[in-house]
Amino acid sequence: MTKWLERQVPKMVLAPTFAAILLFVYGFIGWTAWVSLTKSKLMPRYEIEGFQQYTKLFDTPRWDTAMNNLFIFGALFIVISMVLGLLLAIFLDQKIRTEGVIRTIYLYPMALSMIVTGTAWKWILNPGLGVQAMVQGWGFETFTFDWLINPDYAIYTIVLAGVWQSSGFVMALFLAGLRSVDGEIIKAAQVDGIPTPRIYTAIIIPSMAPIFLSAFIVLSHLAIKSFDLVIALTGGGPGYATDLPATYMYAMAFSRGNIGQAASSAMIMMAVVFAIVVPYLYSELRAKHD
Amino acid sequence: MTDATIQTARSPRKTSSRTGRIVLRTLLYVFLIAFALFYLMPLFVMLTTSLKSLDEIRTGSLIALPRDITFEAWKTAWSGACSGIRCEGLRPYLLNSLMIAIPGVALSTLFGAMNGYVFAQWKFRGANLLFSLLLFGCFIPFQVVLLPMARVLGILNMAGTIPGLIFVHTVYGLGFTTLFFRNYYVTIPMELVRAAKIDGAGFFRIFWSIFLPLSLPIIVVTVIWQFTQIWNDFLFGVSFSQAGTQPVTVALNNIVNSTTGVKEYNVDMAAAILAALPTLLVYVVAGKYFIRGLTAGSVKG
Amino acid sequence: MAPILDIKNLYKSYGATEILKDINVAIEPGDFLVLVGPSGCGKSTLLNCIAGLEPITGGAVHINGKNMTDVSPKDRDIAMVFQSYALYPTMSVAKNITFGMKVRGVDAATQAAKLAEVAAQLQIEPLLNRRPGQLSGGQRQRVAMGRALVRDPALFLFDEPLSNLDAKLRVEMRTEIKKLHHNLGASMVYVTHDQIEAMTLATKIVVMKGGVIQQIGTPAEIYNTPANLFVADFMGSPAMNLIPASVRRDGAFHRIEIQRDSAEPLVLADQRPLNLPDNVIMGLRPEDIAEAGFRAGAEVQEANCLIDMVEPAGADTYVVSQLGGKQVTARLHAETSARAGQAMNLAFDLAKVSYFAPETGERLN
Repeated sequence: MTKWLERQVPKMVLAPTFAAILLFVYGFIGWTAWVSLTKSKLMPRYEIEGFQQYTKLFDTPRWDTAMNNLFIFGALFIVISMVLGLLLAIFLDQKIRTEGVIRTIYLYPMALSMIVTGTAWKWILNPGLGVQAMVQGWGFETFTFDWLINPDYAIYTIVLAGVWQSSGFVMALFLAGLRSVDGEIIKAAQVDGIPTPRIYTAIIIPSMAPIFLSAFIVLSHLAIKSFDLVIALTGGGPGYATDLPATYMYAMAFSRGNIGQAASSAMIMMAVVFAIVVPYLYSELRAKHD
Repeated sequence: MTDATIQTARSPRKTSSRTGRIVLRTLLYVFLIAFALFYLMPLFVMLTTSLKSLDEIRTGSLIALPRDITFEAWKTAWSGACSGIRCEGLRPYLLNSLMIAIPGVALSTLFGAMNGYVFAQWKFRGANLLFSLLLFGCFIPFQVVLLPMARVLGILNMAGTIPGLIFVHTVYGLGFTTLFFRNYYVTIPMELVRAAKIDGAGFFRIFWSIFLPLSLPIIVVTVIWQFTQIWNDFLFGVSFSQAGTQPVTVALNNIVNSTTGVKEYNVDMAAAILAALPTLLVYVVAGKYFIRGLTAGSVKG
Repeated sequence: MAPILDIKNLYKSYGATEILKDINVAIEPGDFLVLVGPSGCGKSTLLNCIAGLEPITGGAVHINGKNMTDVSPKDRDIAMVFQSYALYPTMSVAKNITFGMKVRGVDAATQAAKLAEVAAQLQIEPLLNRRPGQLSGGQRQRVAMGRALVRDPALFLFDEPLSNLDAKLRVEMRTEIKKLHHNLGASMVYVTHDQIEAMTLATKIVVMKGGVIQQIGTPAEIYNTPANLFVADFMGSPAMNLIPASVRRDGAFHRIEIQRDSAEPLVLADQRPLNLPDNVIMGLRPEDIAEAGFRAGAEVQEANCLIDMVEPAGADTYVVSQLGGKQVTARLHAETSARAGQAMNLAFDLAKVSYFAPETGERLN
């Protein structure tokens, strides 16, 4: 009897977490999915009505913009962060004397809240007193840099701030990857007389495929969840030119009082995340079991 | 004779390749320093702007150093700036964030350590499935839980309260804290637990006497990670707080976007730095552990 | 006397895979039992089952006359030394040794007395305040033994305790474990994949393969009369020569005929009363083939063999010849005149030959 109890201790320790995850993650996903199929407005209703909310969602121009923005922002944010991160990592890998200091500088934005980042860039990019005014002050009277208030370009300011915040982190990931490549392989290549750039393109970078993958996963995850940055930098504006699904969902849930729309847009967000993450996690977990 | 010819024939090439190397290295440093400036620029602009008067901001250049350093903006940001209708500066909200972060970090770290210990060293049938469920939970966009959580907090009478936010951060921090501890404890040989079992120690005794004393590095990593996450959170803060219980990120956003009165950029910047200071400090003091948390959080498995 | 350890019909499986099948072993007090076999044979799992660290699927484990099948490891009256030593990294050597007593609530004075006794016995007094990380491999090994000794258990369990040491230290520690066993008169179960360790330490050896016991016996029994081809091949270094041969009955004795590529078949006559089938595998240890004239005995027979290779090994010289399609090794004296490529007369001691059935691998004589 005591031995049976002893054996149950680990399970009992996990029980609260398990219950919490079951309820607050999976249960809540279920709740949101359910509500997304109802006609809930200000208050949730529980009679299933079908996929009306989703039809309506995709008929809404604002959602259209939000999804478009997500793809523009996501693609640019991921590609630029990865390219920049990789370049910086390779350059930092050349026995740079002040590497520690430079690395610290590149990475500090990751410690900041997106709200702080957004606030800073909002100030820097505001046309009245920011970069545009500064360059004009240098004598280039016709210089314009008004992306922040230009509906066609505002989304790129979010890319800029996002890259500023996250590329240092990608650099750190890649640098760790570069350092973990087997030194003997590199020595062998050097003895073979292969020039350094070729060593990188032909040997080191291909062996870092898993790191590219995890950088991609983290960045896409950040992109889809991006909410604070938009709120702080543009507030979704001008108009709703920089809305993302995350801000759309929030607006529907808390200011428009449209729970059905909020739920359905949240479900779409989750679908996008899972389309990217599930295959990755699945392969990771499987690789571990082998 | 032959030696001499070879020498003279070789030396020019050698010098040219050496100058080439120097040029390349110089370019490399220029590039690296240019990017260092890019990353530093916003912090620099924030700092200088916060030390300028509004007049100087309007007339001077963005990147100019302040002519007359004034701490007025800092004073306002600390205790006078208006967030919504209250004009008490950032101070009460910094306190809120602390009151949310400290218990939130402590609870999620404690649970994470125990969970990680079970997953790494006390596996049972179904543990792998459980761990996978937990891991998937790390990745959900929190938007999908906002609506039901708002209702549950209402039912529990915790809507708009600081305990409510502590609860939310603890629950949604469990995935990562468990992952951190589990990945750390997995590297400890199973024989250690076996030896302790033969010595007569049980589950909690082994954790307390053997694993906990080994755990300082991973505790630091987890605490830093969770503190940064909770301190920098905006979504939960803005969704589940009300006037008076908001965390600092929400208050900062309100101050910056308040539409009443004159736009005080210097106050905004001072407030932004104040809000960023704790996590920045953690980064400067324990950068190594901060990075380890980031990479551990991204390279799953 | 009641057996100190008695394992009856023990089965162990993980899901559908059977790790251990119908294990039956018993040892008397003072026995040194060695479980030996290749990696994956289940020997470590069996040890963990004895310790109670792994639940068993069927059967029973009795220790010191008590049924311990469902008893926690801590209550089985055992102590265990692990391959990685499993020293608690944040505790000093002294705390490592006394942790078990502390958990059991033994009073401080007794703890100190026992610690002093064991430390003196293992000569680790100067190390008591150090952390495991500050010790060498051999010192860690001693501390791990100290932790086991201080319990004064009915049964000591060792899980490949020497495999992390370098070759020289391993031989030293082997001798010390043997001495310890002798001095304490304790009962021990010892897992290793090293057959030399098994031969030198054991009073009783269990050879395992694929979760099944192949043979149980004294070192001499295992070495001289292996129960099957696996045991014959696994125990002994260099390995026993296993030569395919055909048998013709000739009155009272058997003619053993071994094919050769470049010469007439080699024919030996075994005069022992046997009943062999037409085809056998003949097992003969290298030391039972000598240079002609250097081995005497009624059953010694000489034959001319072509030497393919000569390997001087200091104390002995090994020569290799092709017999029955196999490289057959003979262990000659160091000053042999054997030369590669030349033929020489070798003496085969037929009194020592083992015969195995080619189909089943089981011993025939």
